[in-house]
Amino acid sequence: MIEARSLSKRFQDKKRGEIRAVDNVSFTCQPGQIYGLLGANGAGKTTTLRMLATILEPTDGTAVICGHDVIEEPEKVRANVGFLSTATALYRRLTAQEFVEYFGRLNGLDEPTLKKRVDDIFNRLDMNGFRDRRCDKLSTGMMQKTSIARTLVHDPPVMIFDEPTNGLDIMTARTITAFIRECRDNGKTVIFSTHIMSEVEKLCDVIGIIQSGKLLAEGTLPQLREKYGEQDLEEIFVKVVSPHYTVSEAN
Amino acid sequence: MSFRNVGIVYRKELTEALRDRRTLISTIVVPLFLFPVLSVGFGALAVSLVGKAKEETPKVILRGGEDSPAVVEGLKKLDKIEIVSDGPNWKDQIINKEVRAAVEIPAGFQADLAAQKSDTVNIYDYEGELKSEFATDKVEKYMKDYRDKVVKDRLAAKNLPESVLKPFEVKRENVAPPEKVSGAAFGGIIGYMVILLCMTGAMYPAMDLTAGEKERGTMETILSSPISRMHLVLGKFFLILTAALSTAALSVMSMGVSFSVLGHYTQQAGNANHDAAALVLKLDLKTVLSVFLMALPVAVLFSAALMTIALFAKTYKEAQSYLTPMTFVVIIPAVAAMLPGVELTQKLALVPILNVSLLCKELVTGTYHWNYIAIIFSSTCVYAAVALFLAIKMFQRESVLFRS
Repeated sequence: MIEARSLSKRFQDKKRGEIRAVDNVSFTCQPGQIYGLLGANGAGKTTTLRMLATILEPTDGTAVICGHDVIEEPEKVRANVGFLSTATALYRRLTAQEFVEYFGRLNGLDEPTLKKRVDDIFNRLDMNGFRDRRCDKLSTGMMQKTSIARTLVHDPPVMIFDEPTNGLDIMTARTITAFIRECRDNGKTVIFSTHIMSEVEKLCDVIGIIQSGKLLAEGTLPQLREKYGEQDLEEIFVKVVSPHYTVSEAN
Repeated sequence: MSFRNVGIVYRKELTEALRDRRTLISTIVVPLFLFPVLSVGFGALAVSLVGKAKEETPKVILRGGEDSPAVVEGLKKLDKIEIVSDGPNWKDQIINKEVRAAVEIPAGFQADLAAQKSDTVNIYDYEGELKSEFATDKVEKYMKDYRDKVVKDRLAAKNLPESVLKPFEVKRENVAPPEKVSGAAFGGIIGYMVILLCMTGAMYPAMDLTAGEKERGTMETILSSPISRMHLVLGKFFLILTAALSTAALSVMSMGVSFSVLGHYTQQAGNANHDAAALVLKLDLKTVLSVFLMALPVAVLFSAALMTIALFAKTYKEAQSYLTPMTFVVIIPAVAAMLPGVELTQKLALVPILNVSLLCKELVTGTYHWNYIAIIFSSTCVYAAVALFLAIKMFQRESVLFRS
């Protein structure tokens, strides 16, 4: 379970002064559900998810993940989280197996458990063909599978995906969306951010629309349709976001 | 504090470093081949070049002297000097290295000598040019010998003994043992080389493990794992330190081998002259270990400092532009230790890098000032600890990790 409580992040920018990248955002994600964070570029999605993954520390507010506070116990939070984004690259000079094992060890797995877990994941994701191939020699699809294997090696109850399909071709992107669904079906708490409407429509149980660091609307797709009187998610999104949208932020 | 986690990071970074060509070149290949190439190669080249220069018969222009046949006759008889006739462009000929020197005998030189009138013989040379100096030396020696002969004859004519001009002799003699003499000459270079190679060894891994990680997009990956940032920094730091130390160790080793080979070579060549003897450095195991031990805190200092600086950079290239000037920051104090007259004092013992460089100079000559060793070792340890502390602090700053 993820609970964001008045989560806020301010940055100092030399030219623009103080920037509220995330401004007082609260929401809850339940196990067995996919929470979709929908927003334009620069809306604050990545910053929010990075705070949940304890890569960044909130300036105000906090979040609690599986009973652990992101400020008080960041290491315990990370042990309960699998974090995947297009920015989380692989160590090129390690083989796929070495890479996954490294993260297993960092998660405190002992060697017998690690071996069993790695064998299991490599079989499940059909990765045995490139087990001993160095990561810089993998295709995009193989890289994505290796990244997925990394997030799964410690079997975390919470999965955080930051624009996971960004820049991927359709086939690779489908591997990822299928994986996200599988996580939910296995009872994991899933949050993922995107600016692609169709992904949200297909995947999400709960949708949060974020702009200028503020969570402007939240609910299931039917709830949002009813509230804004539109069928199409894109129309709903535009209705929600337009009053708050300034061009300078879309950067 | 979990050594297990630090060890996991260290092992992974080691695996990656051993698969990285740039790191391998800077930590293993350069120190292994730099010393043999520099010392043996350069030494052999210098010996052969000097030998060649000595073999050539330089041309010397004779100006005047038509009325002084005895002097001219003597000059022409000089071994390995070819006397050529005067021309209008004689200065240009020297400058263009067609001839190596010119000697000018004033008009009526021998007549003046006979009349006991003083004259000046001018020798023109190309200063700093080796072959010109050989020629000039020979001519000058001949003229001085000739002068001595004139003096002798005059004394004899007046029935005076030679001791009138030389009431007593002045002689100087070296009492320092030969290894100290050579140590004073080469000790500075050894400290300097070890310090510099420690730095170059640390440089590439320092960039690769920080800015390189940002550039390749793995920083976010590793930060999302449960390892604490301190363990992560320490694991990285120990790898950089390993690289710095193996560079230093390999360089000291290859230095020892090259010097002994060079010593053997010069002895075999039968050059038992002073220059060759100075090249024979007695690098025993004790000296090597002491130099290495003193390099240890310096290596810690470099590893931590370079890592801290490189962490600011977003890319490998940016890190390079930050760290390259650091080479000069290190070279200046290291070179300062080689300047003549710079000796260890209480104050200098606190100047980082310079102090170790100075101490290495002493260690190589077999001198152990224990009080200085203690001061230098502990002060360098303090600097190293501060640098490491800064590195850990930097790794906890979001503005540094996610600089955009």
